[in-house]
Amino acid sequence: MNENIEKAKEIIQGYDGEPLRIMEVCGTHTHEIFRLGIRSLLPDNIRLISGPGCPVCVTPNGFIDEALELCLNKGVTVCTFGDLIRVPGSKMSLADARAKGADVKMVYSPIDAFEFAKENPDKDVTFLAVGFETTTPAACIAVDEAKKIGLHNFSILCANKTMVNAYRALKGSADAFLYPGHVNAITGTIPCEELVDEGIYGVVAGFTASELLTAIAVTVRRLQEGKPFFENCYPRVVTREGSKSGMELIEKVMEHCDTEWRGLGVIPMSGLRLNEDYREYDAHVKYDLPHMEGHTNPACRCGDVLKGICSPKDCKVFAKGCTPQHPIGSCMVSNEGTCSAYFQYSL
Amino acid sequence: MTETVTLAHGAGGKQTSELIDKVFKEHFSNPEFTPDDAAVLTMGSNRLAMSTDGFIVSPWEFPGGNIGKLSICGTVNDLSCMGARPRYLTCGFVIEEGFPLSDLEKIASAMEKTANEVGVRIVAGDTKVVGKGQADHVFINTAGIGEIMEGVNTSGAFAKPGDNIIVSGDVGRHGCAILLARDDFAIDADVKSDCAPLWQAVENVLNATKDVHVIRDATRGGVGTVLYEIAAQSNVGVLLDQDSVPVHESVRGVCGMLGLEPLYLACEGRLVFIAPESQTDKILTALANSEYTKGAAVIGRITDEEPGRVMMETAIGAKTLLPQPAGELLPRIC
Repeated sequence: MNENIEKAKEIIQGYDGEPLRIMEVCGTHTHEIFRLGIRSLLPDNIRLISGPGCPVCVTPNGFIDEALELCLNKGVTVCTFGDLIRVPGSKMSLADARAKGADVKMVYSPIDAFEFAKENPDKDVTFLAVGFETTTPAACIAVDEAKKIGLHNFSILCANKTMVNAYRALKGSADAFLYPGHVNAITGTIPCEELVDEGIYGVVAGFTASELLTAIAVTVRRLQEGKPFFENCYPRVVTREGSKSGMELIEKVMEHCDTEWRGLGVIPMSGLRLNEDYREYDAHVKYDLPHMEGHTNPACRCGDVLKGICSPKDCKVFAKGCTPQHPIGSCMVSNEGTCSAYFQYSL
Repeated sequence: MTETVTLAHGAGGKQTSELIDKVFKEHFSNPEFTPDDAAVLTMGSNRLAMSTDGFIVSPWEFPGGNIGKLSICGTVNDLSCMGARPRYLTCGFVIEEGFPLSDLEKIASAMEKTANEVGVRIVAGDTKVVGKGQADHVFINTAGIGEIMEGVNTSGAFAKPGDNIIVSGDVGRHGCAILLARDDFAIDADVKSDCAPLWQAVENVLNATKDVHVIRDATRGGVGTVLYEIAAQSNVGVLLDQDSVPVHESVRGVCGMLGLEPLYLACEGRLVFIAPESQTDKILTALANSEYTKGAAVIGRITDEEPGRVMMETAIGAKTLLPQPAGELLPRIC
């Protein structure tokens, strides 16, 4: 075991202060924390909460209903990342719609959807754009390219989100955040530094065993010191400025708006939508698609899980009606979802 | 809703077992019907192993081999797992109308070469052609029969607490090579399939020691699925050392990008040996001296804790479960 890991373990396991709640806000972190067995090393007074960092998990099911409306009633070919296909909408999932004959195609990037539209001029293609700053630039490239070449059979249904206001909304749910390294690689660290003045603290964490444990150990130390803090524990990838080109691309194509997060409700200015210049590529505009509220299975507690109010095991349908094969809530769908991780690791 | 067969039923994992139990076992069950790679049949004083396997890989040609080579390796390796010297094979072809004869020639030539290398004879065959679109290029089925070496008795049910678990090389290369060959992800990496006939390696091991409890061929579901099967069949626990599992650097990179577990990626030239600790060195030496198994390594041990489960000791000294795979990881891998 390397020296950093040993040292971080010593700090974490030696902690004997007040109970701490640390929220990781990245699906990949959640997955790695389970894969490495980090929870089993924590003393009772340190609790890791899996926050709303998996794009699939925070997508409200009204969004799925809108996608269903497009492919079932408007004759649109819906292109999407694989995980979204299995997320239940109010009445069915996109997988169910596909079995009914709807044209639902799995893609690995927005560019694939754009290429598919280019190669199939007789089809109306909509890409379901979800994700945070990490994936948003790729959706922007696809739309920008479509505009450049005048491709008219391509659009996106946009549910992209930005993280900063989510931290504000979750301020009371955790004592500190493990910020998602991949997101900060794009945004830089300034937005998180600015949160310190509002009493929101955290560290940017990387993804290896050593990086994750170090980030947790630093968080524990800093919380113990009791002073406001921000620290970048992933300097090999994250810079203060972030990716200028990535952020410029987002600014060029999109604008900020209020958006709904599953379980958290509407968080002001935490969403992105296509701006005036690109509006013709917005599926809502193109197909005159109304905003849909959606309704979830009342037994499902994904919302409470995302806020750290309850553990997946406290949910009545967990591992009973709701399993990775037959998910009821979105947190059971993606590999990075908290419920899915609890289920897979039999916790 | 009417229950239908899904791609997950063909993924070689939990759902495949459920389908076999529910449909095939229900109708075919008999004393020789086997959950192992090949059935063991006693005829007079001879112990024979018999196996069959279908090959539907897409694309039919991939870095490191083609469907022809794969179809020989698959059945040869299944027989080898029972400690059986492969003797005779049959092959059945389903060919799509329009498939170039020169490509068929290429496939047959790879089969010839691989069979000759092992010393197994292809003694009967069948050829069927279907209309355009009714099959994808070419599908092959092979069946084989082999003679079990005297004094050898292996089965997935024979693993014992204290045994070591050895894998014959780095894991997940075939699955990764196919995934990259399909070019769905636009990732460039230099990964060749591990597709290889392993009888010589098994013979070398069994000549060094007959005290081997389990030999299993890690195919579709990868090494992880095989270990879960053994844990269930032998009613024992498996404890892996996460860092000891050999993974090719490019495979690790691809898995990192796509969130895949290398232990669940398909192999077509990797065996899992489970044997008493005292035999480990002999086995490792025999494998190191065989052509396709030079990267063999001990990856864990059998325990009496948590029977039926595969646990891992992780890089930070914690213990965690290896999650069971669910659904289709990648269809048409072999």
